[in-house]
Formats: sequence, structure tokens, C-alpha cells
Amino acid sequence: MAPKKTGQTMVYASPPSILGTASVVGPREGQGPLAGWFDVVKPDRLLGQKSWEMAEVKMVEEAVDLALTKAGVSRSHLDFLLAGDLLNQIIAASFAARTVDRPYFGLYGACATIAEAMALGAALVDGGFATNVCAVSSSHHDTAERQYRFPTEFGAQRPPTAQWTATAAGAVVIGPPGVGKLCLTHATVGRVVDSGLKNPFDMGSAMAPAAVDTIAAHFRDTGRDPEAYDLVVTGDLAAVGQPLAADLLRKQGLNLDGRFVDSGMMIYDETQDAHAGGSGCGCSASVFAGYLAKNLAAGKFKRILLVATGALHSPTTYQQGESIPCVAHAVVVERVV
Amino acid sequence: MKADKGSSESYERLVRKRGPKPPYLRNAVWAFVTGGAICAVGQLFLGWFLARGLPLREATAPASAVMIALGATLTGLGVYDELGKRAGMGAALPITGFANSIVSPAMEYRREGLVLGVGARLFTIAGPVIVYAVAAALVMTLLRLAVVGVRGG
Repeated sequence: MAPKKTGQTMVYASPPSILGTASVVGPREGQGPLAGWFDVVKPDRLLGQKSWEMAEVKMVEEAVDLALTKAGVSRSHLDFLLAGDLLNQIIAASFAARTVDRPYFGLYGACATIAEAMALGAALVDGGFATNVCAVSSSHHDTAERQYRFPTEFGAQRPPTAQWTATAAGAVVIGPPGVGKLCLTHATVGRVVDSGLKNPFDMGSAMAPAAVDTIAAHFRDTGRDPEAYDLVVTGDLAAVGQPLAADLLRKQGLNLDGRFVDSGMMIYDETQDAHAGGSGCGCSASVFAGYLAKNLAAGKFKRILLVATGALHSPTTYQQGESIPCVAHAVVVERVV
Repeated sequence: MKADKGSSESYERLVRKRGPKPPYLRNAVWAFVTGGAICAVGQLFLGWFLARGLPLREATAPASAVMIALGATLTGLGVYDELGKRAGMGAALPITGFANSIVSPAMEYRREGLVLGVGARLFTIAGPVIVYAVAAALVMTLLRLAVVGVRGG
């Protein structure tokens, strides 16, 4: 039997299927270039709730329920929920898990959470510990602003390197092999890489070396060439970090030209005042659950490497002058037929 | 893995060299026009209070109060953050910006209640400004005392 792990990469012996995906986004994301690919576009950011936080919880609940419906899996047949978000004590994930009412793993990998959840979920299925699991992550612009930056109505000027936290949630239901059109074959688990940058308004540059580290490890571990992938999609390096990562990879002999994209650059266009682009756990999650999964299923892409990237600082650490540790996790998603 | 000092510094240089520069000129023009316009409105109100017969010393207080109310209202209407985003210091420096810095946390943290929300976090942004303004005033007063003594006009 082939080894189930090489280096940092897990190799699923019987690749678990992706049974269904769902994306729920806010109004700004619903006006962006990927508008048509999201399942649900909310007309306002409060979703009829009394706080931003409860609005985010609502998005997670909706994304999970819709993904389960599309997968044809009832809540009672869900073995584990793997969820995370950006908020202190990952409340959006945990409060939604209260509603979903199934065994729950709460995860934190900042904006890398969706890949972390998918990697672990597929391992649970491949390891025989579960039949169906759901991986979900979310972010909300206003919950993130009040936690990391300023009150929403405060008139602060943002530098051009700043990114816009997406109001979005993406859920992925993973189940037994051979059932769905898509499957998960590998996951490369990232190390925490700290390049020493301290500017929380330039997270793309801080995360780029972490993305490079994980991507390089993936190609080293699998022995594949970049040509094996139709797309290598980073999480949210955005317009500043993504070209930087491309250059750093080229220096390591990995040329991803023509197949290297970033979900932070895909979710908004230049007229949407998002500065460098999107960010947040919901950004890569909704872009995967919406645009990428649907195009994989439709046959536009055969195989992609999703590299979700997260900055692991907190307001406390940057106020205390610490640098920003970052992580990137990668999963390989391919079409079965 | 944490980068050593050398590689961390060389990466920081690379990032700084490649990163986009803020549109300094556009920001400055926005700040100049917006800040100027806010002050012109303030001047109009001051003139109005003066015309009503208040002496200059007393007319500045109600004129400031009107500007604070204006800043607070524009914050409540969701206009001031849009203005601040473009005009930067042009919107932050006038007293309307000070109102924005107090009203925006009041709105944001209202959901945590009147005591632990609004009460405790009202001065999240304005607090440091007040603390250091008072401290600076104290230092300047002491300096003045040392230089000109207790007399003076």
C-alpha cells in the first residue's frame, strides 16, 4: 500500500468525494465579478439579525444547510461539522454548530480555515471515522472591522495595500469515494511562516511566503509539475501579495504563469473600492464553493490546487509590536470523470 | 518558522520597493478641499452667532457645538465614514471628525449595552487624543510658567 503521507502532504488512499458545496455572500460580493456563481446573495449585511455577529452565524447556518441539501445528506446523517471563522473564540462557527446540532470540530487557521477543514474532513472520511462531514468557514466585513480595526462608521483612510474582508460563507460536504463528480486527493499542511512583517494593513505581503512554502512543499512531496494543475488558487494574497508569491516561486524554480490566480483578486473588481482585494475566511471558501467547484463539475477545470492562506496575528499581538505569523494549507480537488 | 533578522529585513525592503504607493496628491487635494469646506461652514455659523450679537469669545462655543452636531448627524447617516475614507486628515482634524470618532463607537458598541458597550468604549478612538491633549496642555502651561512667570496677559 502506498504511504498515506509524504513530507507535509497527506495522500488519500480512496479519495473522498465532494457531495455538495454552497456559498452565501453579502451584497458587495453579490455585485462582484463572481456574482452569478454564488448560491445565495443577501441584499443587506445584517440579514435581519440584531448584530453583525448573528448575521455571520446566520450565513454559516444557511451555507451548511444548503450544502447538505445539495449533497442529499440530512443533518442527522452528518457525522462531523468542521468549522471556523475569524472572530474571537470562533463564535460564528460555534453558534452555527449549536443550530446544526452535530458533533463539531472548531478550527482556527484564519483565512486558511476552509482548506484546513477540508483536509481534516477528507482525512476523517478516508480514515474510516466518518461517512459524511461538512467543512465550512465564514467571514463578515463588519464583524472583522470592529474586532481588528475600527467601528464601521469611523472615517478612517485605508492604504492601497489594505484588503476588504469579504462577507461570505462557503460550505463543502465531503463523503464516501466514488459518489460525487469531484474528489479530494491530497492535502499539504502548511508550517507557520513568519517573514517578520508587522503591517496589518498589508497582509498579502505577510502571507505570500507562507503560500510559497506550502506550494513548494506540495510540488516537492507529490513530484508533480505545475502542468498537472489547471489552476493554483491562493486564498487571499490579493493584488499586492499574489505577484510577490509568483516571483518567490519562480526563484524556487516553480513557474505557475497562466495558472496562478487568487480568490481575493477574483471576488471584487477594481471599481468596488476593495483596495488590494478581498480577504477573510469566507473569501476563499465562497470562491471555492461557488465559482471553482461549479467549474470543476462543469468540466472547465480538471484539477486544481486550492491554497488557502491565513494571517495568524491578533490586535493584541500587533499592538505589542509582534510580527505576523502566517500559514497556508493546500488541497487538491479534481473531477472524477 | 520565524525568519532571521537578515532575511526579514531584505524581505521588508522587497515589499516596500514593490508595494503600491498611496495616491499622495489625490489624498492631499481631497483633504485640502474637504477640510477647507468644513472650516468654511464653521466660519459661516460663527459669523451668524456674531451677527446675533454674541462677542467673539462666546460665539466660538455655540459654533463648535453646531459643527459637532453636524459631524454626529453625518456619522449617524453613514456619510462621514465615506468622507473620511477619501479626505483622511481633512475630515479627521476638524471638530466634526472628533464627533465622528465618538459617535461611531457609540453606534458600534450600542449592542453590548449602555454601560459595557457605549459607556466603556465611547472613547476608544478619541481617548488617546484627549489624554495627550491634556498632557500637552499641562507641559505647555508649565513651560510658560517657567519662562514668563505667573504674570502675563
